[in-house]
Amino acid sequence: MNAPTTPPPVKTEFDVVGTTPIRKDGEEKVTGAALFGDDIHLPGMLHGAMLRSPHPHARIISIDKSKAEALKGVRTVIVGADMPELSSTVVAAGEGGEVNMQDIADNCIARDKVFYDGHVVAAVAADNQHIAEAACALIEVEYELLTPVLNVHDAVAEGAPVLHEDYTPGAFLFPTQKALPNAGRLFMEHGDVDTTFDACDHVIEREFTTKAVHQGYIEPHVTTAVWTGEDTLTIYTSTQGAFAIRDFMASFMNMQMSKIKVIPLEIGGGFGGKDVVYIDSLAAVMAKRTGRPVKIFMSRSEVLRGTGPSPETYIKIKLGCNNEGQLLAADLYLLFEAGAYPGGPIAPGTMCALTRYNIPNVRLDGYDVFLNKPKMKPYRAPGATQANFAAESAIADLAEMAGIDPIDFRLTNALKPGDMMPMGFPCPPLGSIEMLNAIKNHPHYTAPLEGENRGRGISYAFWFGAGLGSSAEIRCNSDGTLNLTTGSADLSGTRTTLGMQAAEELGLDHDLFTTTVGDTDSVGYTFQSVGSRTTFATGIAVISACNKLLDQMKARAGMEWEVDGSEVDYAKGVFSLKSDASKTQAFGEICAKADHTGGPIIADASEFPEGVGFQIAANIVDVEVDVETGKVEILRFSALQDVGKAVHPHFVEGQMQGGSVQGIGWALNEEYFYDEKGTLRNPTLLDYRMPTSLDVPNIDCTILETPNPGHPYGVRGVGEVPIVPPPAALRDAIKNAIGVSMTELPMKPGNVLKAIWAKEGKA
Amino acid sequence: MSKVHVTTTINGDEVEFLAEPRQSLLEVLRDEVKLTGTKEGCNDGNCGACSVVFDGTLVASCCVLGVEAEGKTVETVEGMASPEALHPLQKAFLEETGMQCGICTPGFLISSKELLKAKPNPSEEEIRFWLANNLCRCTGYDKIVKAVQKAAAVMEEA
Repeated sequence: MNAPTTPPPVKTEFDVVGTTPIRKDGEEKVTGAALFGDDIHLPGMLHGAMLRSPHPHARIISIDKSKAEALKGVRTVIVGADMPELSSTVVAAGEGGEVNMQDIADNCIARDKVFYDGHVVAAVAADNQHIAEAACALIEVEYELLTPVLNVHDAVAEGAPVLHEDYTPGAFLFPTQKALPNAGRLFMEHGDVDTTFDACDHVIEREFTTKAVHQGYIEPHVTTAVWTGEDTLTIYTSTQGAFAIRDFMASFMNMQMSKIKVIPLEIGGGFGGKDVVYIDSLAAVMAKRTGRPVKIFMSRSEVLRGTGPSPETYIKIKLGCNNEGQLLAADLYLLFEAGAYPGGPIAPGTMCALTRYNIPNVRLDGYDVFLNKPKMKPYRAPGATQANFAAESAIADLAEMAGIDPIDFRLTNALKPGDMMPMGFPCPPLGSIEMLNAIKNHPHYTAPLEGENRGRGISYAFWFGAGLGSSAEIRCNSDGTLNLTTGSADLSGTRTTLGMQAAEELGLDHDLFTTTVGDTDSVGYTFQSVGSRTTFATGIAVISACNKLLDQMKARAGMEWEVDGSEVDYAKGVFSLKSDASKTQAFGEICAKADHTGGPIIADASEFPEGVGFQIAANIVDVEVDVETGKVEILRFSALQDVGKAVHPHFVEGQMQGGSVQGIGWALNEEYFYDEKGTLRNPTLLDYRMPTSLDVPNIDCTILETPNPGHPYGVRGVGEVPIVPPPAALRDAIKNAIGVSMTELPMKPGNVLKAIWAKEGKA
Repeated sequence: MSKVHVTTTINGDEVEFLAEPRQSLLEVLRDEVKLTGTKEGCNDGNCGACSVVFDGTLVASCCVLGVEAEGKTVETVEGMASPEALHPLQKAFLEETGMQCGICTPGFLISSKELLKAKPNPSEEEIRFWLANNLCRCTGYDKIVKAVQKAAAVMEEA
């Protein structure tokens, strides 16, 4: 990770930013007209289905597809051997790491071995979905069963069955190193950890476990592939990043990137789970073999068995402080599931576990553990929620042990602007002290809480966010309206927040703008809508394009006055002559006479912003625990977050509320349940239990604004960090309610009851 | 598999289609009638994205067979707005930001419409209880609840 670059001045007075216009893509979403991934029907289109392995770990001996091929209406059946050979497998993946493309290709369809329950072994394209599914049932696969590895402890133990003879270590945010047969490792140490613990007045040691949870987007994965020529492919899909799909596909199909066009349709949720190829390559190969468009739409059980989730983890943490509450040493040992292939979220989880505190002596030892479960995916602040649950819980327990107020304890140790960070650069502007004081002064925190088995908890969280590359193009129409196109998938309203930034920069009414998500042929490369980066990084590209547009328009205004563009001023829709302010031309006038001043007026820009503003958030939560059943009821929930500058405050609240409820689900309900054979036993939304409206209260939002100097308006990423604090806050509240210290997620009734009984000696 | 001829009424219009007996109402609406506003989220009755009103009853259309629509009425999200104006619920969902990605929105709108028919002035608890049929993963529900409250107030006045 690079140090944030020197900041430009941050704007503080706004006309459009900070208002709450209705999103323009909203109307078609309330009428049902919006086209999502599954809403296109191409002429002659076939429907695909996949056969998935029922075994978590097995070698494929043979596959007989003859019966499936003979079924009426079946057009093609493919297996792993039918996929193109990759010409290059290991590619650079930023920050010095490498990614093995073969792993991602094999995750789409197994070649020699299956690595998890639900791993695709064959695919069918047929005249309709029912025939395709019936054909899958006719495919005969002979497996040689291998011993599955089903938890992180077994996987790192000596003599464990080995998944991959050789592997490329994962490189998610930071690279890991080859360490164990089934695990890559990220190790960092500074100071003298062991000696310092001896000198601490208070030391605690805790172990925590969390379960795998799914991103839970309501729209399943869907894609449609059609060959528009011998070597030109078009893909209609629902994705967080059309360019990522294009580039993966170029690798998987051995094609030129320019020959693949990915058209992003409306996306029904992603949260980190929809930025990689699962089915696009299968659809493309089957479309090639049949000469017809092929659509693949995953069932919900396929989504749960074969995509996502965020990993199960084991975290051991040791913390020490002195009598004044100053943290002196920390030792973390983290085992995060990577799943079937390397590259889970161990690195960001490890790196942001304790980053929000200054600790002079730290050892971080994280493992990216391969085992027989799906390849783990990012889920909103990947790795941070698990790490924060462990670290904030340990912080709370240590503060209690030292007899210090939990907020004062955090204030004593909080990372502040200018403090040296573990990545080796000083902390950029960050409202950490303001955030902790905002908890202290919050009307929720100061309100009395009475009643039996009720308690209040808090937690404080940190997340990095991402910059990376984005492109934008802005075009003037002759009637003075504008079209803005970016490459960023819109998951939640970012067309509006990007259009608002254009309107702000150009000093025009937001109604003049129409903002579009471009396909990969129509706009410059743009990294996925991940890492809370769209409003931040693509926003910077939009602002940059607007400034280029203004430069051109000043030059055109200058033609009328026979002066250089540098002699022209611009403010809020009016160009004026610097030397004679009475001479003006309206923005719309310049647009109207474009044909007489050099033709259409357009500008584009690409940016790769380095000044990522770190994200911090906190929760205050009140619970009541039913000590008979172990059920935790949330009485009141407050979310606080520093967003730098809220471009659209209602959308910001939506991110805070949505992220909080996902965090609550993770804390109290949700879990992947594998049996001892390695079969996922709850692949439906009845048994994989996400929060409903009745399970959660209103999430009260407090927005703090400490400007990020890395964005002209001070914007920080918003989307990810709200999911991070809820588990630790709820654990704290449960402890304060009934005196039971939970160490595992989810804190479902059974687990809470088990902990109550253990405390009462009934276990 | 041979197809069955079905005559039904969708959003007030008489519609005919051919359906295999195994096709769900959801599949028929989307693939045969080409009304794609009704969404598939789980295909087993747990997410509510495919909610429609079937002969006056709120149902998950993935759990009804298409051939069952013979002689019945079906109301989908496409029938909510009039040519002149959006339904007050549609308007309130926009004004209160009661959506993010929008995939669950048609189901929530249909479900909310039936709630306000049954209880024109519901409490927050009643709204949360009723809408527990519908999953939303983006919003955390707060702004959806507020949108329903707002629409209820607007419809009371009208």
